[in-house]
Amino acid sequence: MAEEASTLAAAPRARLKKPSVRLWLSGGWLTVAASAALFAPFVAPHDPLAQDLFLTRMPPFWMDGAEPGYLLGTDSLGRDVLSRLIYGAQIAFIVALVAGTAACLIGATLGLLAGYFGGWTDRIIGRIVDIWMAFPPVLFAILLVAVLGTGLMSVIIAIAVIDWTRFCRVVRAEAMQQRAMDYVDAATVAGFSRWRTLLREVLPNVLPAIIVLLSLEMGIAVIVEAILSFVNLSISSDDPTWGGMIAEGRTAIYQAWWVLVFPLVALFLTVLAFSQFGEGLKNRFDPVLS
Amino acid sequence: MTATLSLSSLSVALSGDPRRRLLRSVDLEVARGEVHGLVGESGAGKSMIGRTVFGILPRAVGILGGTVAFEGKDLLSRTELRHLRGREMALIPQDPLTALNPSRRIGAQLTDRLVKVLGTPRKTADARALTLLDEVQIRDPDRVMKSFPHELSGGMRQRVLIAEAFAAEPKLIVADEPTTALDVTVQKRILGLIKAMQERHGAALLFVTHDMGVVAKITQAMTVLYGGLVVEHGRTEDILAGPKSAYTKALLEATPRYDRPDDALRPVSPVTIAAIAEDVAAADRAFLDHAR
Repeated sequence: MAEEASTLAAAPRARLKKPSVRLWLSGGWLTVAASAALFAPFVAPHDPLAQDLFLTRMPPFWMDGAEPGYLLGTDSLGRDVLSRLIYGAQIAFIVALVAGTAACLIGATLGLLAGYFGGWTDRIIGRIVDIWMAFPPVLFAILLVAVLGTGLMSVIIAIAVIDWTRFCRVVRAEAMQQRAMDYVDAATVAGFSRWRTLLREVLPNVLPAIIVLLSLEMGIAVIVEAILSFVNLSISSDDPTWGGMIAEGRTAIYQAWWVLVFPLVALFLTVLAFSQFGEGLKNRFDPVLS
Repeated sequence: MTATLSLSSLSVALSGDPRRRLLRSVDLEVARGEVHGLVGESGAGKSMIGRTVFGILPRAVGILGGTVAFEGKDLLSRTELRHLRGREMALIPQDPLTALNPSRRIGAQLTDRLVKVLGTPRKTADARALTLLDEVQIRDPDRVMKSFPHELSGGMRQRVLIAEAFAAEPKLIVADEPTTALDVTVQKRILGLIKAMQERHGAALLFVTHDMGVVAKITQAMTVLYGGLVVEHGRTEDILAGPKSAYTKALLEATPRYDRPDDALRPVSPVTIAAIAEDVAAADRAFLDHAR
């Protein structure tokens, strides 16, 4: 009894580790980008659509010939790159949050059912996932948007409809693993119903994996949206999107590289931040790892 | 008086194939309030019996025939089983390290079962959980209630699981090698605790183990299994005093004795194994013939 009591006393009470540098950096960037998107009308120095043909292809502020007030320069129609970047973030974040969450809900639900119930449920859901994954995702997305028509909603639907399989596979495997643990049997033996066991015993233990995936998926959604707007299948081409900016910047890369590079950097950082954020969260909340 | 638990000619088999039986027409009776030892080597089918009773057999294992009854009620019927699980019968699992949900606090897991399964009001359930933890000699029940499983030692977790098993005042408790995953010093205390709880609450206890010493210490009746076949059963003192089966005798002699430290270990001899394996094969032939 004595040494058992002391084991308890020695057990660290601080369950949550201090947030890591990874979490700070990625969370920091996501906060900055998200608040820029949210408060775009107040933050953006110019109207993202306003053209000024006297001020085309102005370089960013540190180069010779920069125009004051246009921090990151202007594109070939004289539109402010920084403002377009900020408004582009709006689209990127809406797509990331809505499409990511939708894909997560569909995939995680089906994955949980398949992994927990097994048998026929698993076989049917598994086959659907196999068939789904046989389509090349980007082609599938382009096809879907072509059918649904362009627009923000179509992009979101396309991403959710295509990417739920990612969640389904991983969550299924995790749920199967948890299903085999004694505590699930213990819950059954204790007289709990199967649904309660699924929601209260299995789900909380699969949640870290879902969170990590959701974060990754948000990054992927940002990329897919950029790809779709790159090929002009996202929202109307006037509205600023990172993918659209990259497509436009590509045509004048030797004259005005900044039109291409800044949206690329924003895209890169955002996707990286999403994946690192998920990873950081997992390390912080996983009760077994800490 | 009907027995608390009775199995009769229970056979379970891999993928329901009569040639691959894991339990070979097992008969077993646990009387009311009795401590019954279920002994056998690993792979003898001890845990399979527990799993069949609670309806948690692995997917690949099917029930071929026989009956399982709790006070005369058919446990192979799902509706009957659902009603009895957690109320009238409880399980003390083998491995305390995996039998608690790692992401939920002990208190929540303990009171949940009182509230959700038994319908105890939340306030009463908290008090009851504290009493139970106190009964299993956990010193700081308030603190343990707020802890996550990984913050407790193996012995502590097994105490929590014992408390959980007795929560509903069940009439039958199946303890599936409850001390195997613990180290030797803790084992003895947990064993004493289970016995004490059993006596206080008056439940029948089916104690699954491979340890003859434990059987001798706490059980009144025992059943010896080999390869899913009942080798011998009866009152513990009778069997220990004069085992009828050569296999039981060999098992008893194989138990290491602290009072004879210089003795070499005496494993069950190949001759005995061959004899018992022949019994198993004969039982299988009879079963298959009968099935035809």
